[in-house]
Amino acid sequence: MSADDSVILETRELTKAFGGLVAVNTVSVTVRKGEPHAIIGPNGAGKSTFVNLLTGHLPPSSGRVLFRGRDITGLPTHRISRLGIGRSYQKTNIFPTFSVFENCRLAAQSRLSTSMRFFRPAVTLAEVNRQAEQAMEQAGLAARRDRTAGTMSYGEQRQLEIAMVLATRPELLVLDEPLAGMGKEESERMVALLKGLAAQYSLVLVEHDMDAVFSLAATLTVMVNGTLLESGPVEQIRASQAVQDAYLGDGAEAY
Amino acid sequence: MTRLPRPAAIVLLALLALLAAYPLYGSLLFPEKYAFLLQKVTGIMILAIMAMSLDLLVGIAGMVSLGHAAFFGLGGYMLAILSPQYEAADIWVALPLALATVAAVSAVIGALSIRTNGISFIMITLAFGQMGYFFFNDSRLAGGSDGAFIYVMPTVEIAGVSLLNLESKLTFYYVVLGAFVGAFLLLRMVLASPFGRVVQAIGVNENRVRGLGFDPDRYKLVAFVIGATIAGLAGFLGAAQYGFVNPAMLSWHQSGQALVMVILGGTGTLFGPALGAFVLELARMGFESVTEHWLLPMGLFVIAVVVLLPKGVAGLLLQLERKPPPEAEDGA
Repeated sequence: MSADDSVILETRELTKAFGGLVAVNTVSVTVRKGEPHAIIGPNGAGKSTFVNLLTGHLPPSSGRVLFRGRDITGLPTHRISRLGIGRSYQKTNIFPTFSVFENCRLAAQSRLSTSMRFFRPAVTLAEVNRQAEQAMEQAGLAARRDRTAGTMSYGEQRQLEIAMVLATRPELLVLDEPLAGMGKEESERMVALLKGLAAQYSLVLVEHDMDAVFSLAATLTVMVNGTLLESGPVEQIRASQAVQDAYLGDGAEAY
Repeated sequence: MTRLPRPAAIVLLALLALLAAYPLYGSLLFPEKYAFLLQKVTGIMILAIMAMSLDLLVGIAGMVSLGHAAFFGLGGYMLAILSPQYEAADIWVALPLALATVAAVSAVIGALSIRTNGISFIMITLAFGQMGYFFFNDSRLAGGSDGAFIYVMPTVEIAGVSLLNLESKLTFYYVVLGAFVGAFLLLRMVLASPFGRVVQAIGVNENRVRGLGFDPDRYKLVAFVIGATIAGLAGFLGAAQYGFVNPAMLSWHQSGQALVMVILGGTGTLFGPALGAFVLELARMGFESVTEHWLLPMGLFVIAVVVLLPKGVAGLLLQLERKPPPEAEDGA
């Protein structure tokens, strides 16, 4: 149990091995409320696997994950979601044949104590509708309400990805490369959106775009080859010689 | 489930009116074949109920089952088992008991099957279906491979007063029509409900459903049981109509035929598979009347429909209302 109330998420020596390959190796990270936390590292560093361990998409080989002091290691994905960790995906993961509203409405509906209700039409659930509308508003999609999700631009689909997470009313957002594949303009709009979210939610962000990371994050965790290289306030990481050598390079460029 | 587009709804209502009024015009239009067609259409409506129930699994929840006939057959067999020999069963006892049995059996089969996906799910439901077939084929229960007769239609009485005489072909026709429309409306209601929305979402992107905090297995299991129970109702009505059950009711041929109806009609639309049942059965009737080698033109017909109408008969109807391209005014 964590005695520290400011800690929202904590991993203890979290490890995931796929056969002989150790994708995540004894990684211990502390995420605090109100301190946007970015996880960076070169391709293959184990960032995505790490996120999948946090949200139950993969079971860890060993180690612990604590959310608000509660051990959530090994819980199934849907239980972790209901505890208040909302996750977005690196590859757009929406319901392309549904309208934007229905995508968000379904996400909001997931917060009902049960959806085993068979008689009243789902669209008459006023509170669920309200949450869905609010999430669309937050993510800047209100004007796209009735659009079939799969027919929107890539950037808008990425926004929808975020809107769906917001509609589940999470305490902690875990965003896996929200800027992946976006053009410059789309990226700028997304960064502005994420800045707004960073002020309202606790945030874990996996991202390649260093400009975005430095403008959003308060705390950085650097992973290399599955291990934690360094974790701490942005300025400390920027100044770290080890990080400079291993990853950032002099121009702070990724890859 | 979204609202039906107006033109499609109008066509469906017109077809329904055609069915409801058949006893009025049928004897004028086809004086020699009236009784035959009345029974034929009754049978098709029963198959349409089964096809719609399978669509809930296949077209909506994305669970392609090749064992659905097991529940159709079980519903029929329950009527045979619950009917005293040479006497009528009481429908208020026989029907609920038959449906409860189908629901219970499907809950067990479903719980063992739904954790698999795709081909594995097809194979496991096929295996369970064939187990059901051989259970009735090889046991002494209800006549084994010979099947069993139901000599008397169930009674529909309240306090000893007969409400409906199912022995009347006309009455039975309307009872089946009521069950057919009722099953459609019930499924529509379920699909519009919070439960139904989750099931539809599972059919589109199961992993995302899980990520949103739903446990997909629970919803798939309940959908499986609902679909199976409605198929059981169809089987119960089928057994009542023909006064006979045999193991073939449970066989994979029967499952496969229902699947063809679903695909031909248009998966995931409910009304499509119902139309598919009519198209398939009427085509069969047509080809049968022309040649005894009807299976060949029948096969060609099915292939032609699938190739020409990738979204099935329902796709045709839904095309009647082609909306203007969305947000044409959008400059972006």
